[in-house]
Order: sequence, then C-alpha cells, then structure tokens
Amino acid sequence: MTPTAPGAVSVKQRWTVRSFATTRASQIGITAAFIVLWLGFIFFAPETFLSGRIYTSFAQTTSYFAIPALALTMVIVSGDIDLSFPSIMALGMVGFVAVERTTGNVELAILAALTVGALAGLFNGVIVTVIGIPALVVTIGTQFLYRGLALVLVSGRTYPLVETRDAVGYELLVGRLGGVPMQFVWLMIATIGTWFLLYRHRIGQNAHVIGDNRQAAELMGIPIKRTRTILFVLTGIASAMAGVMISLQVTNYYPSIGSGFLLPTLAAVFVGGTSVFGGRGTVWGTFIGAFMIGGIRAGIVAAGLTEFYTDLIYGAIILIAVSTHAVLQRKFER
Amino acid sequence: MAGSTGHHHRMRHLRRMSPDLTAQEDTQLPLELRNISKSFGGVSVLRDVSLELRKGEVLGLVGDNGAGKSTLIKIITGVHQPDEGEILFNGKKVAGLSVQKARELGVETVYQERALAEQLSMWRNIFMGRPLSLPMGFLKVGQMRQVTADLMGQSMGFTSAALTPDTHVSGLSGGERQGLAIVRALHFEADIIILDEPTMGLSLSETDKFLGFVAGIRSAGKSAIFIDHNIFHVYSVADRVVVLDRGRVAGEFPTSRYSLDELTAIMKEVAASGRFIEPQRQSAMRAIEADQGKGGS
Repeated sequence: MTPTAPGAVSVKQRWTVRSFATTRASQIGITAAFIVLWLGFIFFAPETFLSGRIYTSFAQTTSYFAIPALALTMVIVSGDIDLSFPSIMALGMVGFVAVERTTGNVELAILAALTVGALAGLFNGVIVTVIGIPALVVTIGTQFLYRGLALVLVSGRTYPLVETRDAVGYELLVGRLGGVPMQFVWLMIATIGTWFLLYRHRIGQNAHVIGDNRQAAELMGIPIKRTRTILFVLTGIASAMAGVMISLQVTNYYPSIGSGFLLPTLAAVFVGGTSVFGGRGTVWGTFIGAFMIGGIRAGIVAAGLTEFYTDLIYGAIILIAVSTHAVLQRKFER
Repeated sequence: MAGSTGHHHRMRHLRRMSPDLTAQEDTQLPLELRNISKSFGGVSVLRDVSLELRKGEVLGLVGDNGAGKSTLIKIITGVHQPDEGEILFNGKKVAGLSVQKARELGVETVYQERALAEQLSMWRNIFMGRPLSLPMGFLKVGQMRQVTADLMGQSMGFTSAALTPDTHVSGLSGGERQGLAIVRALHFEADIIILDEPTMGLSLSETDKFLGFVAGIRSAGKSAIFIDHNIFHVYSVADRVVVLDRGRVAGEFPTSRYSLDELTAIMKEVAASGRFIEPQRQSAMRAIEADQGKGGS
C-alpha cells in the first residue's frame, strides 16, 4: 500500500510539535509544574538545592515510595486500589528478619521478603476477585491485618541489621553504582519495567480495558480476575522491596516502617495524572509526581519556612495538579 | 505457506478416502442449540430453547425486552453457561464454553459501543482480548497499528486525516464507533457473527450502510445472528426470524413465506397473549382476524 493510495490511513500521525503537545498536554503540564517548583526551590534556597548532597538524599528517599507508587499506578489503571502496601513493607521485612536471623544469608532474606510481599498481594487479589469485594474495602482490612501480623510476629520489637552491611545484597539494594544510590537505579528499572508492562504487554493492555469498561472486558474474554490479581501481587513485591531498602539503609527493622507512606504515595500517583476512575494512567507522571511530593518537605525547610507550612503546601500543590490535569485532559486529550 | 499447502493435500486425501465424512461435513450446522435452559437466582430466563443456524444464513432473533435475547446471546458467546442443554459447533458438542473458546471456534460478536474502551486507541480496541504478542506477552504494537490502519482505510472507509490507529475511541462519532465494532468482528475471520442490537443509535444512512454489510456476510458464505427489537431492520436482511417470548421460542418464520406485516402482527399477538403459537396456526388466526375486520394495525 502506497501512502497515496485512496482510502489509505497513515499508521502514525505525522509527528509535529503540535500533535505531540496536544496528545500529551497534561503530562507536559505536570513536567512544567515540576520544573517551576524546582526552580522556586533553587531560587529560595540556592545553597541547599545547588548542592549534590540533597540530590543523593532525594534519589534514596523518593525511591522508597516511588517504587510502590509505580505498581500502584497499574492497580489504579485497572480500576482497583491498594491501601495495604505500607503494611506490606513491614510484613515483608518480617520474612527478611526471620531468614536473616536463621541463615545469616542476606540475599536469601531479600528473596524471602519479596516472597512474603507477593503472597500478601496474592491474598489481596484473591479476596477482591474471588469473593468479589471492592479493593478499597478489602485493602482497608488487610492494611490492619498485615500491620497487626507484623507487630505480633516480632512482638513489636525492633531488629538491628548492622551485620548486613558487608553483604552483597546490601550493596545491591542500597549501595552505590558510580556514585548513584542503588535505590535510584532500582527506581529507574522499575519505571522502565512498569512502562513496558503497562503499554507494551498483554497485562497492561488488559488492565486498561478492565479499568475503562469492565463489561467490555468480560464480553471480550479478557482474564479479568487473573490480571487484577497479578497487579496486586506486583504491588506486594514492590512494597516489600521498598521495605527492605528502607530497613537496610538505616540498618534497623522497626515494625512501624511504612506508616505515613499511604497518602504521599497516592498523592504522587494522582498528581502525576493517573485517572482515579481507571483506564488511564501515566508512568512518567507518577515518576515526576513522586519527586514533587518528595521535594516539597525538604524544599519548605530549606527555603526557611517552618514545617507548619508543609501540609498547607502539599494540599495546594495536589489540588492545583489534579485540577490542571482535569482541564488539560478535557481540552486536548479527548 | 508450505505447511498450509501440505495441510490442504492431506485434507483432500482424507476426503477422498472417506466420502461419507465429506457429505456429513457439508450438511453440518455451524451452530446448534438443543434444549437450553438458564435461570438466574431462581428466575427462569430461558426454557428449553432449541435453535439452529445454517451455513450462509442470516437468522433474525426478535422479542420484547425480557424475552431472553441477550441471555441467549451470552450463552452462545460463552459469557454465561447454560444450566441445561447442549451447544454444538459444526456438529460437535462443546462443553464448558468460555468467551475465549467461543472466539477460537469462530464466534465474533458486535456488541456495539458497549464493548469498546473509550479511553483507549483504535488499535487497542481492535485487538481487545486477543492482542498480537510475542511468547513472553510483549505486544507487537507496530503490526497491530498497521493492521488497524489497513482496516480503517479498506473496511471502515475512514478517510479523515485526523483519524489514525492511535485516535482514542472517545474522539469517534457514533457511526465510526459502530464501524470499529463491526470491523473488529470481521477481522478475525469469524464463521458466525452475532449482531447484538446493532442499529441502536445509528442514523438512517448509517443504518442502510450497516444493513448492506449484513447482506455481505451471507454472500461471503458466513452465518449471522441478528438481534434487534426493530423488526423492520431484521426483516429486511434475515432469511429466517425466530421470535422469543418470555424465555421460549414462540415461533420460527422464514421471511420468504411471511410478509413484514404478517410478522409484525404475529409479534404483537405473541407479546400480548404470551401464548406459544404454532406457525401453522398463524394463517388460520389471521383469517379469523380478517373476518372480524380488525386485521392490520
């Protein structure tokens, strides 16, 4: 078929600045907002925001909730939600501590934590899809259940993990690669992996359909239960991974790990532009959203404001971001 | 290519060896339902429904709301499983029919807009539920975009430069969405095409175009089941019309032997009385009605 054949349709829209801008209006919007925010931080606190140290710190701490946020983005695209991931961070680490204390093998302990995370996600998925309860309700329940289980299993104690510092697993998760914290390397891997899964894999294709039109998914024979369950499992693994990273970084396990992560993580996803109604999500947006949320606290303190302002500015930025998405998406991305 | 030629040779050989089998094959029905019953939560929706679909035939399925049309369709497409009865494809009984299995057996359904995902691109909608992918599950995006572009140009007649395979369904008109739903069913070379309320929401010219398309299914030697509560649309393209009423088959009427007016009168009678009316009795009843001078509407 030649391009001039009658009735021929071009495979891709010809690339123009205009077509790029209109199909990605809200992602460009959030990226611009991020740059403006960051320039503001640099303007008000140049000595902090022009030093390398703060960026190392961001690369570490932002990854802890950006990695679960990426998996959560896929769950939200499929029309579900997971509120239990902060508790999975703690529960996965119980598996880590148990294996590390009995075998002394850190790498095996990491695998154990990820396995526990996967099982916790599987449990979420099975309750949601087999018993048929909305994920919001189920994960409110399991959020208590998993946290409670973690507390009971370690009797509320903390476990020092200083001896893990010499292990390969430690280097692999929280060491450095050419000066770059491994947390950030894993975040990059998770970001690229999530992008492929969501946009270039059957799982993501099916997740989009399920979130957009559940009836269509059913009529077209999409494996709805399996797809939703897989996404919960991935969120469990991502959360356990973040839990292990935090614990290794501070070489201490405390069972309240992850508490306080819920709302900033959800905020990162929605600030990024993922639709709360499902069927539409953005990996790039979640990535940027995580760094916006992660930067605000440090930015406020460094800019000389008291911490009282933190929540005020969080709230304002979240509302501005989601409103901007709504307007831009309605206007350009029909 | 070589493999498929070899396959053909073997098939021909096989047919020569067993002429009985060949004869049987030609008379086999693409689809047959035997004594299908289905109830939901104690409410009986379908009772003892038997139906056959012949090769190269357009079968009309009409009935009031609640007659069981959509449940029957969902049983054929594998969305629901019957409580009792058998489903046969090409003469072979199929147990535990699922949506995937039905699609593998060559059943495609045009569900209208109800089965499109608005926020997704056209190519993602065309390949919904059966994307082209590599063994690891990664999508062959380029190929799917290309196929969609070809279908848009050739089958859908989309010539607007603004429409590409990446256009979201939310940006399409009602007729364009309908075209997408139909082309999706056709692309997968279905033997049995099910059209569920396909003319709903279409403009007059879109409806004409659509009815022409249904006639094309027959000339291609494929079979179709056309469900609508608009008897005028069904009558104009169907070879036979089956009337469903309150979960039962109320009658079966070849359009070659019944006029549209007769069929309309029968449908009204069925809807009003709820009685099972033998087709043979219809003419007698019409004669009585004519005598009483209250025929027609």
